[in-house]
Amino acid sequence: MSMPLSATVRVTLGLIAVALACLVFGDFEISAHEPWRELGRLFLGLVQPDFSSVDFLGEAILRTVAFAFVGVGLGAAAGLLLALLFQHLWVRTFCAFIRAIHELFWALIFLQSFGLHPITGVLAIAIPYAGIFAKVYAEILDETDPEPARILPRRTGHLSVLLYARISQAWPHLVSYTAYRLECGLRSSAVIGFVGMPTLGFHLAGAFAQGHYATVGALLILFYVLIGTLRLWVRPRLLPLYLLAAPFCLGTGLPIVWSNVSRFFSHDIVPAPLRRGEGLEGLLPWFGDLFVQQALPGIWNTLLLTQMALVVTGVLAMALFPLISRHFTGRLGGTAGHVVLVVMRSTPEYLLAFILLQLWGPSMLPAVVALALHNGAIIGHLVGRRSNEIALRQDAPHGLDRYAYEVAPRVYGPFLALLFYRWEIIMRETAILGILGIATLGFYVDSAIQEIRFDRAMVLILITALLNIGIDILARRLRSYLRLRHTINRQSC
Amino acid sequence: MTPLALTDAEAAYGETRVLGPLSLALAPGERIALVGKSGAGKSTLLALMYEQWQQREVALMPQALGLVDTLSVFHNVYMGRLDRHPWWRNLITLMRPRRSDIADIEALLEGLDIADKCWIPCGELSGGQRQRVAAARVLYQRGQVLLADEPVSALDGPQAASVMQALADGYPTAVLAMHDLDLALRYCTRVIGIQAGEIAIDQPSQRLSVHDLQPLY
Repeated sequence: MSMPLSATVRVTLGLIAVALACLVFGDFEISAHEPWRELGRLFLGLVQPDFSSVDFLGEAILRTVAFAFVGVGLGAAAGLLLALLFQHLWVRTFCAFIRAIHELFWALIFLQSFGLHPITGVLAIAIPYAGIFAKVYAEILDETDPEPARILPRRTGHLSVLLYARISQAWPHLVSYTAYRLECGLRSSAVIGFVGMPTLGFHLAGAFAQGHYATVGALLILFYVLIGTLRLWVRPRLLPLYLLAAPFCLGTGLPIVWSNVSRFFSHDIVPAPLRRGEGLEGLLPWFGDLFVQQALPGIWNTLLLTQMALVVTGVLAMALFPLISRHFTGRLGGTAGHVVLVVMRSTPEYLLAFILLQLWGPSMLPAVVALALHNGAIIGHLVGRRSNEIALRQDAPHGLDRYAYEVAPRVYGPFLALLFYRWEIIMRETAILGILGIATLGFYVDSAIQEIRFDRAMVLILITALLNIGIDILARRLRSYLRLRHTINRQSC
Repeated sequence: MTPLALTDAEAAYGETRVLGPLSLALAPGERIALVGKSGAGKSTLLALMYEQWQQREVALMPQALGLVDTLSVFHNVYMGRLDRHPWWRNLITLMRPRRSDIADIEALLEGLDIADKCWIPCGELSGGQRQRVAAARVLYQRGQVLLADEPVSALDGPQAASVMQALADGYPTAVLAMHDLDLALRYCTRVIGIQAGEIAIDQPSQRLSVHDLQPLY
């Protein structure tokens, strides 16, 4: 009799089969002339970085930090207020919606209205972060012990109850989560540079365009140092100082043209047939056309890429976690493994995809590799940490046997839970990578904006948001089907 | 103060009734000790009283104490009077306590022999120390009635006695669930024995000895 397959194995095989099918439809051609020589030049730039243009590097870092602080600060404040109202369905729906739209899409929207004013970058970070903060803060507050609120004198005001009995209990968790989001905020801040904000991405794109690989290397190294030393320079006592100073370090950008702002929201984003007064009769064919011509191919490519990236991410994570697992590495090897994973996960997918795309030309390959490297390192890190909690018996086998029989079976459940948790994040990123020229939803959004058809761009962004919400629901269903009730580490952005 | 009363009070978990129906009145200046086997319904009765006496200023000291582990001893005690101050004053106190409040609370803690822990987070205290912090909180609250569930269960002989004395001084009117019968007789004016959710004994404590209460167990 053959061995029956467990539910976990069936789901895994199903995902792999879908990814293989996607492979047939995907486009993986390397179109650059000399891709490996370019990669070599980049590595040379990393080994021999050029720190000579100090003003320019200093400004890139200062702006990146400033946008991160202001954006995350506003997002956290708004998120806390929303978290207090999270029992209302409309608040939960609103938060799910604003966080389903990527910061780069928000940036593109506000660029068309506020232009290159700093408020564009600040809102692009603050809005989606507020949605995420609201959800996680609400969860953290829900987990507090209700007893202290019960013993308070009966006529204690709502705010005092909240402060003393709920927020004070949750405080350490709120702080550690917010600190972690700050790290994510630095990445987001770097990435919004690619659409024109004066942060790291902007300077990086410029240096690439001019072939200054030594400057690219210097920028990347500074970015890693910035994130790697976060714990050293972000101190609770210094935080108020940073938050006060940051708004003054955003740069001036270009002034807001208020007529543009009002035109954008009252005219530009209204679907063209409604603007022309054709009513519903005009709207339906317009929407049908948009849906068939752009949304469908965009959704198709986004799904293809997401499913492939998801499986490669999983494979990579399961291959990488032994790097930091004490069951497989010694002290020295473990430290080296940590450094590798930190560098990999500190690099935003978008930045990685941008670099690989410069080197290999536009196809799905750089996107899959970028998504898998970044997400695989994050999941690998979390799975590795989980594996360190396992106590093996003294006579446990070694090497591959240990991996296959002792460790992998024990971490596979948590691994799948984490992978499903990141599914939505991978999809969000996949859609956004379209801006770089891969034909996912972001590509059609970006094209519509180039053609100054903001109404179409908005509809496509809404479709992307709905797709993200759909994947999130599917992942949650799968998790409960597989009974993966592992506590998810929220610290993964 | 008019007497506090329960009339035909009962409690059930699902279909099974765990308490009552029972009636009792608590006169001002009366301290009732609730005694009986664990599971007899003492905690349930206290919870019922807390629900019924909504209109009074009831100070509550549950078995789990309800301390906030991340806040200091000072703040946990201060929480007893959150209702006397506007929210902004409470917010400021969270960051920068007033000197007068510190003096008041330190004096209280002194009496309970834990003044040296004033600025330690409650999560770092031992069980006995936590119980004294919770006692300090209800004393600071100065309510009309105290409802306490095993207020000195984690304290040893002399300390248990001194905390009971402090609670008795602070709350002439109180209901305390007790498992130490000696302390119950010494510090309460009246003893109610609960058996299987009903009142089995209800006597002034002068008329009782530990021996009389043994049948309850």
